[in-house]
Amino acid sequence: MTQTAVPDRIEKQILLRAPLTRVWKAISDSQQFGSWFGVKFDGPFKAGQRIVGKITPTTVDPEVARMQQPYAGMTFDITIDRIEPEKMLSFRWHPFAIDPKVDYSHEPTTLVVFELKEVAGGVMLTITESGFNGIPLSRRAEAFKANEGGWSKQVTLIEKYLAKAS
Amino acid sequence: MFAALGDPTRLQLIARLGDAGPQSIASLADGFDISRQAISKHLRVISSAGLARSQQRGRETVWQLEPHGLAEARRYLTAISKDWDDKLHRLKDMVESE
Repeated sequence: MTQTAVPDRIEKQILLRAPLTRVWKAISDSQQFGSWFGVKFDGPFKAGQRIVGKITPTTVDPEVARMQQPYAGMTFDITIDRIEPEKMLSFRWHPFAIDPKVDYSHEPTTLVVFELKEVAGGVMLTITESGFNGIPLSRRAEAFKANEGGWSKQVTLIEKYLAKAS
Repeated sequence: MFAALGDPTRLQLIARLGDAGPQSIASLADGFDISRQAISKHLRVISSAGLARSQQRGRETVWQLEPHGLAEARRYLTAISKDWDDKLHRLKDMVESE
């Protein structure tokens, strides 16, 4: 088994067929960010600033909206780390911090970085979320509730080990 | 849990339990440059994270993986990963529809 069997980070890349200025606005404007992310923020994004978001079911996709409904109205906060116009934006937060009875403020955060690169036909957006090594055990339960039934069935190193172990 | 997996010795111990199945501390410690006491300590961290458990067999303590715990560690990341996929598709729809 290697360290990557349970990695510390998630990385996503997607080609957005839209101008850089459009993509940057959708990411850096907290209201626009909120409309695809499914959250309503109480202010603009500013480096070093902590802002509160309220979970708001998306209006774009009824199925997703139904899944988000149980969490509607719950709040969480994020702290903006860095903003470099049309290049990158990063923030820290508590992943899946959706239990109103839990004070997550003393727990480690993960760092989410959005990086934009203009390419032929649009913008290549790379998102990395890192720091999962610090996330406590008890948080996994909420993650399952939030994503019930949504697991992808990848064959991974770990599952090979599990097969051997059972 | 992720802290339990974030140490090379612990990862090796988990890998060994996965490869060779349930075994005693003595057999697990074989090949490591550290004491059995240190191995026990690492095993306790692994076990408190829900990733392995021990059983008394005669005079020996036998350790084995807790498959469910490992699967959950993996699922946690899969869940977050899928959540990002969903969000990014909504972002794509939004910026490309104008």
